[in-house]
Amino acid sequence: MRRLVSTLGGLLTVCILLGVGAGTALGQPAESAESIRGFLRNEGEPVPGVTITVSNEDGEVGSVETGTDGAWEIAVPGPGEYEVVLDTETLPDDVPGVVADTITTVVNPLQDKAVLFRVGEPGGDGDGGGTTPGTPAEGSADTAQASQIWQLVASGLRFGLILGLAALGLSLVFGTTGLTNFAHGELVTFGALVAWWLNDAGLPLIAAAVLAVILGGVFGWAQDVGFWRPLRKRGTGLIALMIISIGVSLLLRYFYLYVFAGERRSYTQYVIQGSIDLGPFDYAPRDLWIMGISIIVLALVAVALVRTRVGKATRAVSDNPALASASGIDVDRVVTTVWIVGTALAAMAGVMFGLIQQVDYLLGFRVLLLVFAAVVLGGLGTAWGAMVGSLIVGVFVEVSTLVIPSELKYAGVLAILIIILMIRPQGILGRPERVG
Amino acid sequence: MDWSNILGDASRALIGSETVVFALAAIGLNVQFGYTGLLNFGQAAFLAVAAYGLATTVVTFGLPFWIGILVGFAGVIVLAVLLGVPTLRLRADYLAIVTIAASEIIRLIFRSVTLRETFGGSGGISGFSNDFYALNPYDDRVGLGPFEFGPRDAWVLTVGWVLVILACLIVWALMRSPWGRVIKAIREDEDAVRSLGKNVYSYKMQSLIIGGLLGALGGFIFALAQAAVQPDLYSPNLTFFAYTILILGGAGRVLGPVVGAMIFWCLLQLTAGLLEGLVRTGAIPTWLMQSNDVGAVRFMLVGIALLLLLVFRPQGIFGDKREIALDAR
Repeated sequence: MRRLVSTLGGLLTVCILLGVGAGTALGQPAESAESIRGFLRNEGEPVPGVTITVSNEDGEVGSVETGTDGAWEIAVPGPGEYEVVLDTETLPDDVPGVVADTITTVVNPLQDKAVLFRVGEPGGDGDGGGTTPGTPAEGSADTAQASQIWQLVASGLRFGLILGLAALGLSLVFGTTGLTNFAHGELVTFGALVAWWLNDAGLPLIAAAVLAVILGGVFGWAQDVGFWRPLRKRGTGLIALMIISIGVSLLLRYFYLYVFAGERRSYTQYVIQGSIDLGPFDYAPRDLWIMGISIIVLALVAVALVRTRVGKATRAVSDNPALASASGIDVDRVVTTVWIVGTALAAMAGVMFGLIQQVDYLLGFRVLLLVFAAVVLGGLGTAWGAMVGSLIVGVFVEVSTLVIPSELKYAGVLAILIIILMIRPQGILGRPERVG
Repeated sequence: MDWSNILGDASRALIGSETVVFALAAIGLNVQFGYTGLLNFGQAAFLAVAAYGLATTVVTFGLPFWIGILVGFAGVIVLAVLLGVPTLRLRADYLAIVTIAASEIIRLIFRSVTLRETFGGSGGISGFSNDFYALNPYDDRVGLGPFEFGPRDAWVLTVGWVLVILACLIVWALMRSPWGRVIKAIREDEDAVRSLGKNVYSYKMQSLIIGGLLGALGGFIFALAQAAVQPDLYSPNLTFFAYTILILGGAGRVLGPVVGAMIFWCLLQLTAGLLEGLVRTGAIPTWLMQSNDVGAVRFMLVGIALLLLLVFRPQGIFGDKREIALDAR
């Protein structure tokens, strides 16, 4: 209990100390192509008909004119460094110019890199818009390096907090039922897809997100009552359950592909926002909201686990289901509650991942191993471990790109996972007897 | 619908190169999971390391074909030791997570832009199989019963099925040896074996290596059949399919993986043919399904098959329920 409070306190302090921020969009290892895109806006009004050209060391890659909504997108042949040039000659007369007409950016594998040109006097401060974080625009080399680290830490924290929501769900289910759920990634995707459909049908994204989380809870309830509970009653072994969850994962993932197709799509709101300059890094308002909501939800679940009856019952079941049952706790009800909460948390993580990346049917499967890494790192089956592990994994994934190529950052964190298992197999907060 | 075509394709899949590759992968898994109870979820990595070992040795470093095969085997042994050292002392689910993580690490490294000079990036490598096809004794189409194969396919399939038969013989001989009895005893009760003075850790490591080497044969055939290696072919799905095949045929049985692979690919080909036919003739309305959805539906069926098998018949077709390591430890 004391350890829990201090851990949680530490976790929150870390977040507050480091502040919150935005960062580079996440690189995603999967099958699809890279592109660079953005919006051109002057005082909130879209600027159409401006020519934007992308080139790399081999020469010009492509060139487009901004559309009537100010949007532009150019597909690039692969990850690497690109130079994005805005032709100032094509700017309308009422636009004073852009702060910098050339932006150099690094595209990660499978990334849709957002690049925003800042409208304003050339070389001046400009209003709204801005380059994407991660491309330090001015200052000496030293401060650029420092600000890049801050930017990566900030973006890692954002990633870690969202990961934490997903990891907490996985960890709670593992703690109470012993199931290593390989279908957890698909529960994350569920939230993202449902929110996209509702958003596409005309609902504001916030309402869509809330509904998606609620539907996630319903999905979790239905899964437990309709599927996992009967299996537990049959006395199916844990390894059998694990392989069954792989079957569920395949079924759900390709069902998503069947209904959603293989495209990557964006929500209609909050996708591209100008960033606000605050302290050592820039951030978009939506990232603040994402991080704030994640922290609040994680804290709420943590408090609920410690203070409420059902929370205490959950911890009792995690410790020893038989003993919990003997002392009058309705184990089935606790497990169902955990499934509802866990799936709702996963769905929420899905909506947030969908917002900072894009929505596609592989969204959850792509982060599944990172969720596992976070959970194992923190200690399998411990709720607090899942949160701490997620923050470490999130920050590590982003900061490691300073030393290793960003396309290998997921590989880096998985390698760390293996090394940690050699040194401290029970994880940071786990108890030794859990691993034997 | 063109029934003869659909049935022809499906029955051809019974002995096709995919069947060979997945049978070998599943035979390796059978040693690890079926007999020893090790949950190796990274079998794709063993195939990938073998295939890339061969391809990079020949193409990138310009060494002979047989050196490539040796490098592939050596790579697999190194991988098995690297994976085994941290995890074989841990509980089953840790091994599962670490092995699947390792297989993703390896796939990401093989497809990385940074190492494109060595591993060919996401496009992979080709042009390493000339020495193999130079040995081809067939110079014309080969008929086998109702089927006819081109000379290249016939050569790959001949070598592939010889390897499958050899692998089955090896597993059969191993499992009736004293070594095999220890391995099966570890699956049943690790602590009992340890109390008899056996070094459980060492036996598990040997099982992981042998299973990996058998899987490596599948990796070679996979690379040679396509005359190319591509990183995304070695995704976790490969491992999941191999598990489905193993459980379908029956884990802990010598011929289980082979029969499983034949049935698996035959059924997959049959459903694909049927669905495509039904979509084309309009029996399935287009709002429900279009021909490019067939792939997704096929994978859904694999998922359903895997979970139904585990729920209702975990021993598969040939297995013995008492011999399946599905209970938690």
